[in-house]
Amino acid sequence: MSKYETVIGLEIHTELLTKSKIFCGCTTEFGGDPNSHCCPVCLGLPGALPVMNQQAIEYAVSAGLALNCRIPRYNKFDRKNYFYPDLPKAYQISQFDLPICVDGFVEYELEGERLRAGITRAHLEEEAGKSVHSGNSILGSDFSLMDYNRSGIPLIEIVTEPDLRSPAQARSFLEQLKSILEYTKVSDCKMQEGSLRCDANVSLRPVGSLELGTKVEIKNLNSFKAIERALEYEVHRQAQVYDQGGRIVQETRAWDDVAGITVTMRSKEESHDYRYFPDPDLVPIEIDAHWVERLTDALPELPLAKKQRFIESYGLSDYEAGVLTASQDFALFFEQTVAEYQNGKDVANWLMGEFSKLLNNARITITDTQVTPRQLAELLMTIDKGLISGTQGKEVLSAMFTSGLNPSVIIKDKGMQQISDSQALAGVVDQILADNPKEFERLQQGNEKLLGFFVGQVMKETKGKANPQVVNQIISERLRELS
Amino acid sequence: MELYQYTARQLQQCLSDNEVTSEMIVNSFLAQIERVEQEIGAFITVTADQALEAAKESDIRRRRNELVSPWDGIPIAVKDNMSTKGIKTTCGSKILANYVPPYDGTVIRKLKAAGLPLLGKTNLDEFAMGSSTENSAFAKTCNPVNWAKVPGGSSGGSAAAVAGYEAPWSLGSDTGGSIRQPASFCGLIGLKPTYGLVSRYGLVAYASSFDQIGPLGRSVEDVADLMNIISGYDQLDSTSVNRDCPNYAAALTGDIKGLRIGLPKEYFAQGLNDAVKAAIMAAVDKLVAAGAVVEEVSLPMTEYAIETYYLITSAEASSNLARYDGVRYGLRVADEDSITMFKSTRSAGFGPEVKRRIMLGTYALSTGYYDAYYKKAQQVRTLMRREFAEAFAKVDILITPTTPTTAFGFGEKKNSLEMYLSDIYTVTVNLAGVPALSMPVGKDQEHLPIGMQLIGQHFAEEALLNTAYTLEQVKLKEGCVHE
Ligand SMILES: [Zn+2]
Repeated sequence: MSKYETVIGLEIHTELLTKSKIFCGCTTEFGGDPNSHCCPVCLGLPGALPVMNQQAIEYAVSAGLALNCRIPRYNKFDRKNYFYPDLPKAYQISQFDLPICVDGFVEYELEGERLRAGITRAHLEEEAGKSVHSGNSILGSDFSLMDYNRSGIPLIEIVTEPDLRSPAQARSFLEQLKSILEYTKVSDCKMQEGSLRCDANVSLRPVGSLELGTKVEIKNLNSFKAIERALEYEVHRQAQVYDQGGRIVQETRAWDDVAGITVTMRSKEESHDYRYFPDPDLVPIEIDAHWVERLTDALPELPLAKKQRFIESYGLSDYEAGVLTASQDFALFFEQTVAEYQNGKDVANWLMGEFSKLLNNARITITDTQVTPRQLAELLMTIDKGLISGTQGKEVLSAMFTSGLNPSVIIKDKGMQQISDSQALAGVVDQILADNPKEFERLQQGNEKLLGFFVGQVMKETKGKANPQVVNQIISERLRELS
Repeated sequence: MELYQYTARQLQQCLSDNEVTSEMIVNSFLAQIERVEQEIGAFITVTADQALEAAKESDIRRRRNELVSPWDGIPIAVKDNMSTKGIKTTCGSKILANYVPPYDGTVIRKLKAAGLPLLGKTNLDEFAMGSSTENSAFAKTCNPVNWAKVPGGSSGGSAAAVAGYEAPWSLGSDTGGSIRQPASFCGLIGLKPTYGLVSRYGLVAYASSFDQIGPLGRSVEDVADLMNIISGYDQLDSTSVNRDCPNYAAALTGDIKGLRIGLPKEYFAQGLNDAVKAAIMAAVDKLVAAGAVVEEVSLPMTEYAIETYYLITSAEASSNLARYDGVRYGLRVADEDSITMFKSTRSAGFGPEVKRRIMLGTYALSTGYYDAYYKKAQQVRTLMRREFAEAFAKVDILITPTTPTTAFGFGEKKNSLEMYLSDIYTVTVNLAGVPALSMPVGKDQEHLPIGMQLIGQHFAEEALLNTAYTLEQVKLKEGCVHE
């Protein structure tokens, strides 16, 4: 047991899924030729003015509601002033003292325990452009090029309370947050495209202490794995400093994913004075309480609630429900299948097993598959009726996956209808019993294991088409006849 | 009389009587520019070719009976801080010396839509910061009334162009008196509209919550007509007011019976030139004779006007002018990395007055000073608005001098503070966001024009214009309109 308690708070930036940018009509589409999604406003040309995108306000409010935030009646926009080539106006339009969402929380789970982290605030702001350096980094590059396609994409910055107590908690929290934002459909949260980014504040304090230790901010955390690793490294580093009687200085450190260490970026003294002040080009926003009510009503069932319901309604395990509800689309596919075929446990097994394997191999998500929930339900019913075996079912699913055809068509095409006709099977069984007299004798003497041997032989003979239950019945009849 | 000596209304009459063509009119002005521009220096850019082209198109429309507005074919000059597509927009600054915008500001679009040929872009104090046009990086503009005197500023070029008969009317911008003070110095009518009445989209920002575009002309009718062309809601400007605009020309009835005029005593106290005071009082007497009633009012917050004005405008300017960093357009002084490039570019590109205000504004917004300076100034601004509202509960318009003195000589104002004090009667209007008009009411011993300022409550442009018109008519009858 460590003598230090870890205290972590996160700042998460996520791009909103609006069609146009926050202050102009330019598209927010990812990619495109450099500087092809730009206009005087998002390039910050002299004289251009911002106009608020109503959809961005709506998405921010919805995100806030999903994070259990309060939506104050008034919010306003401020200018955050600093010089950087990717910032065309040399100020970012953001929200300082009156953010759009305040005082929320997120419930998440870790090792079966339900935990909660507070959300201090979530505010709206604009994205900056992107530098493209001629070399590997800004240092040592002969020149840099600027691409402002990203400039002006709406962002929300979510700031948590320092409520997270371990790197694992931080990761689980972030996974839950991502899932909530995806469920709410306000962001696609693609970390690899930078539409979800995270900075962390970490400090240690003696166990039992209520005072916060000196915090260090860590930037450049580009994946869940990086976040957990960087935090583990930093916790370890700070503990070592304290153990050696040292002092932690307030600073910003960058995570180096290759070296697996954090390195100093800038000290507190070098930190910017952003000279925030209300943006005179925008008017304060008044939020209508009825509108917030409508948005609250329109919120989808969120991941944890859905998971709980899956456990209760379909008799799933905690693990199964967790996997199925990690993605809203996956959960929807599950429920649509269960609507046609009521055995939830069965559906869960197929979705999490064979179906997921096919998705992974094809590197696609469930929204891209050709298989419909109705088709999957039909397949499971066909197996239930004994028309095909479970083994055959896997083969059929694989064919459905590549062709999009109904299972009945595939079964007919492949001629793999299961033989359940006992008269047809009786001849095969009798022949095999006759061919293996010693084994049959031992079976008669009560060696149950040999039942499996005979069923296997029949399956082999019928190329797997025999209904094993019917084969079982016939052998049992023969035993009765002889006894 | 030559065409260039006509008012816009007179030109309109000639055009509709088919006595002249737009091409003849534009040629007349271009010839006058050729004659006097060497001495006056009103323009930074003369757009002769474009003006003639537009005039010819207007003449074609006239022949086809396809006029786009009653002012189709009447040319205009525009201050060089309004974004004009394909035409240099320098703001009188080296940093934008070669900047050619890819877009037209809303007001420019409105001028084009009304068929007004653009004669050129007029000189100004760099980024509209100044009261004499001496801060222009490019040219010295002389007062056409007396070449030894400044034309006022910052819209000195726009005023000089009209006073020097180089344009029938023009557009200026007014942040703290930049239309009214040059109008006063050059003997013109100049109107600073209510904040939000004319779109700022495309007006290169100096102080966003103060800036307002407005007309300058030689007659009240021209100014009213130009207001009809440029005012109106614009969804590209969030601070634009969405309300129906009246027909300002129709408000010119010449009837002011019962009009309640307030004379704020603080504006007639120490520092006011005797000749100016006498001329104002004589004009007020004429208005009384026309049916107005006069009372003294008090605006005690006026004492804090200059400090409040310079704190807030400089704070906004420090942020508005931060975008001139050499990255995307305008001057770039190459240096080893981006931050030193910013510094070198800005050091070389901005003049001393602009640098002074950027420094002042940056300081006022800095951590530790924000509350004492910027925030306090905003509180005073709120009190000033309230004070104006209280005054307008008692009277319809306020009358004050536009400036404490008539036009001063080049280099006469030895330091910034002296220069700032020449705006003492005009800045409160921008702090309160109310409209105000300056009109000539006489001349001093040096035959320099004296300006009288009429201030109204929000959206009281009609009352201001009609009062000015009434006085203008009285003076016309007395045979001394251009005294
Ligand atoms: Zn844009």
